[in-house]
Amino acid sequence: MAEITTLSQAVAGLVRDGDTVAMEGFTHLIPHAAGHELIRQRRVGLTLVRMTPDLVYDQLIGMGAARKLVFSWGGNPGVGSLHRFRDAVETGWPKPLEIEEHSHAGLANAYAAGAANLPFAVLRGYVGSDLPKHNRMIRTLRCPFTGEELAAVPAIRPDVAVIHAQKADRKGNVLIWGIVGVQKEAVLAAKRAIVTVEEIVEHLDAPPNALVLPSWVVDAVVPVPGGAHPSFAAGYSKRDNRFYKDWDAVSRERESFRDWMERHVLGTRDFAEYRRSLEGAR
Amino acid sequence: MTAGWTAEEMMTIAAARLLKNGTVCFVGIGLPSAAANLARLTHAPEIVLIYESGCIGTKPTVLPLSIGDGELAETADTVVSVPEIFRYWLQGGRIDVGFLGAAQLDRFGTINTTVIGEYGRPSVRLPGAGGAPEIATLAGEVFIILRHGKRALVERLDFATSRGFLPGDRVEGAGKRGKGPSVLVTDLGILKPDPDTRELTLASLHPGITVEQAKAATGWALKLAPDLKETPPPTAAELGALRALQDRTRRAHGED
Repeated sequence: MAEITTLSQAVAGLVRDGDTVAMEGFTHLIPHAAGHELIRQRRVGLTLVRMTPDLVYDQLIGMGAARKLVFSWGGNPGVGSLHRFRDAVETGWPKPLEIEEHSHAGLANAYAAGAANLPFAVLRGYVGSDLPKHNRMIRTLRCPFTGEELAAVPAIRPDVAVIHAQKADRKGNVLIWGIVGVQKEAVLAAKRAIVTVEEIVEHLDAPPNALVLPSWVVDAVVPVPGGAHPSFAAGYSKRDNRFYKDWDAVSRERESFRDWMERHVLGTRDFAEYRRSLEGAR
Repeated sequence: MTAGWTAEEMMTIAAARLLKNGTVCFVGIGLPSAAANLARLTHAPEIVLIYESGCIGTKPTVLPLSIGDGELAETADTVVSVPEIFRYWLQGGRIDVGFLGAAQLDRFGTINTTVIGEYGRPSVRLPGAGGAPEIATLAGEVFIILRHGKRALVERLDFATSRGFLPGDRVEGAGKRGKGPSVLVTDLGILKPDPDTRELTLASLHPGITVEQAKAATGWALKLAPDLKETPPPTAAELGALRALQDRTRRAHGED
């Protein structure tokens, strides 16, 4: 059963140095507040998994929390590069970053295989791409029925999945809607799961086919209103496009990035205080 | 430019015209998204736009900044998970046209969005593959749009992220994949694969552009299609719809 707790307790109890951590969210519902807590608690040696690493992974990588990144698209959506990710790959700053690179179809299938307790996923993928030449985790196999050659990628089985959702009830059942990405698969593939939510309600009032993660597949539920910012939560907030654009300048240089992180993340106790410090800076 | 439109507008309009009403189109963010939405707002109101964030049949009033902007979900017929969009809809063979952008492209329509330089020691690390490798091979056919230039249309790619044609490819026989790239639209003209060699050749020049300009902006020795045409100029209705869309987009994203 999920425990309704604080972010500092959830991260302290469930995320360890060296863990494989999947913080998912496909543009929508990105768990920024939880990412900041990992940075505050100085987690290191992490293998970070995510289809679309964006700003929160840029921050984790720039602060030296990651040893390895498993991903399929790493950019600032609609803006350009992730400068801290690029700096780590291109020059090894602040530390070298091993990368395991896939396509979206490959990683999405790998999560689904993890949730289904299969050793690998099979797909019609990577045909003619150079990716398999550089990633030994992309291989081929022959269909035992037709002889057709297909791509195979190992299942993703994170130690911890971290997601943001709209609602939970007092038992810790979680409701997600809108662009739901690969969050359900990430949670079901992982050994442990942390879910931050916009609010805790008496009743989810979810229709029968809604995406509900039952309390017993989640370890910690944490109310963090606005916890996806600068990403958004449908029904609660809009994407802060200005923040994404401003991040380009903040993150371009190591010093301006470090200053920003010291001031707004390491210099604040929690996400609410972080948001207030941002308001003050604007 | 003395004409009443920009090269960028001509490119977007020429690309939009290629999309038919009712086509099911898997749309990349940026230039493909602009062209596909312009098609929907002009001659193709029944076009089905699908974004890899899981939005199917989406009808945004402004262009999304990201592949998962809220309006894409709010105006969609349905929103499915990311594993589902790739497994059931793309791999399931439901997509007529995959519409891609590119950082670099070669004469066979293979795209690089991964690295400039060596993979292990890149001089520029680009965002990577995203959905493109499977869109490029599993969509019924592929449209590509990018700005013409020697650094974009190159003789040799540093990395093949998403495959176009292999030299001498006879994709009809392959059976398990789409037809590959059928058209490349740039700000100078329209390129189409030669039916025999599969090499992209200049099929249409936009108004005011010369063959010499197109050749000078191409990294390989650009050949001309036997029936080289001139792209019809934008109509007032096309330009009006595109500019209104971009004005709405700028206001919505707080750029004014």
